[in-house]
Amino acid sequence: MEKKLILRGLLAGAAAGLLAFLFARVFAEPQIGKAIDYESGRDAAQAALDKAAGLPAAGADPDLFSRTVQADVGIGAGMIVFGMAMGALFAVAYAVCLGRVGRLRARTLALLVAGGGFLGMYLVPFLKYPANPPAIGHEDTIRARSGLYLIMVLLSVAFLVAAAWLGRRLQPRFGNWNATLLAAGAFVVAIGAVMAILPPLGHLAYNKEHFGNHATETPLPLTDADGRIVYPGFPADVLFSFRCYSVAAQLLLWTAIGLVFAPLAERLLHPRTQAAAPGAAPLPV
Amino acid sequence: MEQGRTIPEGGLTLSSISAPRPAATPVVLPAAKAALWLVGTAVLALVAYYFIGVDQGAVSVFGKDMHIHEFVHDARHFLGFPCH
Repeated sequence: MEKKLILRGLLAGAAAGLLAFLFARVFAEPQIGKAIDYESGRDAAQAALDKAAGLPAAGADPDLFSRTVQADVGIGAGMIVFGMAMGALFAVAYAVCLGRVGRLRARTLALLVAGGGFLGMYLVPFLKYPANPPAIGHEDTIRARSGLYLIMVLLSVAFLVAAAWLGRRLQPRFGNWNATLLAAGAFVVAIGAVMAILPPLGHLAYNKEHFGNHATETPLPLTDADGRIVYPGFPADVLFSFRCYSVAAQLLLWTAIGLVFAPLAERLLHPRTQAAAPGAAPLPV
Repeated sequence: MEQGRTIPEGGLTLSSISAPRPAATPVVLPAAKAALWLVGTAVLALVAYYFIGVDQGAVSVFGKDMHIHEFVHDARHFLGFPCH
């Protein structure tokens, strides 16, 4: 049974990743292109300032892949492999939840587990450390930023699992509705405390030292020695669109995993429902 | 989660007021038997997650090589991972 579930999870994940890739190719790539144009323009303006000040020019990174390959093939491979990885994790979580989280129908459980994946693996970490397009993010803080992001992912997932367990424990005493609300409330309080404790990216020691006291790493206007703006800050509309599409793509990915997996699991786990005699007790929700 | 554990029927408030029905998700996977497949799958999935999202950034298993990072560059940004 577990092998069948994992195979279906991988299938659902691959289909979901393909959908998310198509979405990304149409909606995200133009925004990524604009962000890279901004970055190039800013680098050129910075180089001109450095030259005027008599500073040595910074060496450019060699391009291992052209933008075409990155935008057409690379993002596709990335989204599909990510989708399959999430589909596999989803199937594992689903298999563990089966029969252990209350009287749920196979397809309802599929949607709930997918919702949990969306929240824990992406949306809750995003609330603290949102997705950034190219041009945002200092190279020298990548270690700290990756560590903080992965801590958010790990704790979001761990607290979600703990909340599900807590809900089950409270259910006999408070009933389904109140136990669910209490568990959800406990999750919000716990993850909220973590978000309050973890530092904003702009407050990392390196950033404070080199860029001053700002909440994020989003580039501010570039000024010359006299304080005149020679290049604008990062365009707000591009940043908003990129993040909005990022959330939409993950929502699409997890919804697709849940909706593709649900009927497959239903057929696997309730094979008798098709031939159910009239008058038989209906399945739970 | 011991092997073959099932939710006790008597412990549920719903089942005490309604007629007995077929269990919602009757299959409870015996944890010990399924563990190998479930843990193996989870580990492989996390390895894929790592290579898509993290490798050749903060930490790298291939040293200074940047091919994976550059190839999945756009996906890494778009999926919400920190990059550069």
